[in-house]
Amino acid sequence: MRESIIMKIHYGTALAAIALVAVHILMRLTQGFAESLEYESVIANYKFLPYAGMLEIILILLSIHGFNGLRVILLELKQGRAYEKAVSYGCVAAMIGLIVYGSRTILMVNMGLS
Amino acid sequence: MAQISGITEGSSTHSKSQSNSITLRIARINPKHDVEKRFMDFTIPYERWTTVLEAILEVKKYFDHSVAVRYSCRQATCGSCGMIINGKPRLACFTKISELATSVVTVEPMNNFPIIRDLAVKFERLFDSHHKIKPYVMRDDSEITSNEKEFLQSPEELEQYIQFANCIKCGLCNSACPTMATDSSFIGPQALAQAYRYVADSRDKGKDSRLKIIDESHGIWRCHFAGSCSQVCPKGVDPAMGIQFLRGYLLGFRS
Repeated sequence: MRESIIMKIHYGTALAAIALVAVHILMRLTQGFAESLEYESVIANYKFLPYAGMLEIILILLSIHGFNGLRVILLELKQGRAYEKAVSYGCVAAMIGLIVYGSRTILMVNMGLS
Repeated sequence: MAQISGITEGSSTHSKSQSNSITLRIARINPKHDVEKRFMDFTIPYERWTTVLEAILEVKKYFDHSVAVRYSCRQATCGSCGMIINGKPRLACFTKISELATSVVTVEPMNNFPIIRDLAVKFERLFDSHHKIKPYVMRDDSEITSNEKEFLQSPEELEQYIQFANCIKCGLCNSACPTMATDSSFIGPQALAQAYRYVADSRDKGKDSRLKIIDESHGIWRCHFAGSCSQVCPKGVDPAMGIQFLRGYLLGFRS
């Protein structure tokens, strides 16, 4: 993939994540902050489908943005064909791994399996 | 004539006594057998107009002819005498000692360049990157076959790129660039500024191929916009601005 497309995704995910995380924080303020972090409250959020969907989107956005940022940092740290390939594929694998694990958590709690 | 004192371990001091003088500290290193730089101190007389290059040449003439330095035009045109002067990349021929306003002037080889010896560095990477971005006007027709003698440009079209055409390939921008220090494959601000120079030229038709060249993992996106390249340019070129304009093309904000 061309670097400019990757960077467009990088900037886009950052902007979208800022917007959705802002909504997420604002939702914490609809009730007392400590109260919103209580077990029942958190579980209720996961079971509310639109909110669980938003958490899933935040997870995807931040995983893509974060692991691409990590890839860029590692590419600047050291150079070499094998190293760069390992970093790029490693970051994609780690990103997919995190999204899968996070999605599994969201789905399980949403379906009441935890 | 010169008064030369013995060389002490690590550094040495030589003097040519006059009333208005500075201590010139010259970094000495030969990568073939030296691991670290050492400094030699020379006391050099100077006038209001004396440049750092003239002071170095004074050292070569009277104290130590083995000091390695690259220079040519002595008027900030050839871009040969770039070096770190008191911690900042500058042209030695374009820096007056009186402007520095210090009693000690330290000269070192440029950062981010392999050292040949003392103050002389290798320019291969800079020239390779410069060559890579195709630094010439690209178009299918030519002035020879055209009915017109030249491809006309309006003053506004000229204004788009003219400051970037002032680049003398001295390498000071690459020496100041923090990304160049860590990323050995980074194309560098000099080449990127030159890519913009030709992309913005209304006569040029090679925009797409040039944008493709700089749009890779060690290309334009690795610039952190520190802006130090623009700060040190002795010819008033603003590579950081050119890089942002190029990003505008790649992100679709400019066409």
